[in-house]
Amino acid sequence: MSLIEITEVKKRFGDNEVLKGINIDVAPGEVIAIIGRSGSGKSTLLRCINGLENIDEGSISVAGAQLLPDELHLKALRLKVGMIFQQFNLFPHLTAGRNVMLSQMVVKKTPKAEAEAMAKTMLERVGLGHKFDAYPDQLSGGQQQRVAIARALAMQPIALLCDEITSALDPELVSEVLAVVKELASEGMTLLMVTHEMRFARDVCSRVVFMHQGRVHEIGKPEEVFSNPKTPELQQFLGMTH
Amino acid sequence: MDEFTTWDILRNLLLAARWTVLLSLVSFIGGGLVGAALLFARIGSGRIGPTFVKAYVELFQGTPLLMQLFLAFFGLGLLGVDVPAWLAAGVALILWSAAFLTEIWRGCVEAIARGQWEASSSLGMGYVQQMRHVILPQALRIAVPPTVGFSVQVVKGTALTSIIGFVELSKAGTVVTNATFEPFTVYGLVALIYFCLCWPLSKSSQILERKLNVAHRNH
Repeated sequence: MSLIEITEVKKRFGDNEVLKGINIDVAPGEVIAIIGRSGSGKSTLLRCINGLENIDEGSISVAGAQLLPDELHLKALRLKVGMIFQQFNLFPHLTAGRNVMLSQMVVKKTPKAEAEAMAKTMLERVGLGHKFDAYPDQLSGGQQQRVAIARALAMQPIALLCDEITSALDPELVSEVLAVVKELASEGMTLLMVTHEMRFARDVCSRVVFMHQGRVHEIGKPEEVFSNPKTPELQQFLGMTH
Repeated sequence: MDEFTTWDILRNLLLAARWTVLLSLVSFIGGGLVGAALLFARIGSGRIGPTFVKAYVELFQGTPLLMQLFLAFFGLGLLGVDVPAWLAAGVALILWSAAFLTEIWRGCVEAIARGQWEASSSLGMGYVQQMRHVILPQALRIAVPPTVGFSVQVVKGTALTSIIGFVELSKAGTVVTNATFEPFTVYGLVALIYFCLCWPLSKSSQILERKLNVAHRNH
């Protein structure tokens, strides 16, 4: 059975139809890379999955939780799906540890001691156990993004959405974040990531989705998609980026 | 005729300055409370709240404070309600401060990056939780300097209430001048007292601004 079911999803911004009927089913443990030009709708699709954008038609469900635009359903869904952003979006007024503790305490009502222990474990897991008391602006971009990952993991989601999470990083910091993602993938976390890291997509992902003009243009195993692109658009896109 | 010493003048002015201080405090605190209530109506998701507050703010920012004082004082009088000057002054200044403070604070809340809302949403927080734990703590920090700065405007705004007969510092200046016929000395002292009230406020606003900025960079 699929973990995430995206069925005939359409999304419009005014007259501009950004998603023109998307169908993707994601099995548990799959790691999916979504690639495509900017403006192809890949980020919008990701943002629709956890309700940051409302969809106009179609349906999305995650482990049986249907995406509906009321606060109760949204909350249920967001407890199952974590999201990591290009700009990290850590809370700048809280330390790394507090960043990871906050949502556990206010959303799940976890007692403070427990939340703190969880935060330590999760920061440890992304290699930042020693940065518990550091504020975000004392951390490098790569460290901030790893704290953001720890923060999402602390809510124990069954899937993670990664929206170009290495695009705002200096080149030398990309690998430390990708290493964490790779480890999550090997532990069986379900991942949907919009990415420009083609080599990472080829090495780690189980499937690659190429989006073009609001549609899933090609989808398949990375070796097929990268070595044997069927459509001229994908051939051109890969030619462009390599 | 009795001679008035400078000390006589100053003493009378200082006694009146108490009312300026009191009126400033009442206006600022009252305005802050009303302003906070308006702020939540303004940034809430309803339809009536934001429209009402928008109109309210435009009305109070778009008319002179003096007219608002006249309307509070004479307007209610027309309706047969006998309004003492202190009440009209207090009410008008509270409503006026509220309009400005709510707009200052709205700017501070909206200055918080959209990503903060999105990140806290995606962690499952509801609107009230986001406000309480993520948005307001950050907005508060940037709101302090302009809020303290605005308190200077409130102090100076109280001078206008002399026109509807509230005896605070400016009105006392007029009264004392009429008795002493030394307008330059009297109004010079009045100005000096206002300066002594306002200068520490604007200075502390500057210091706070620097301090909070530094805090934001390095903690």
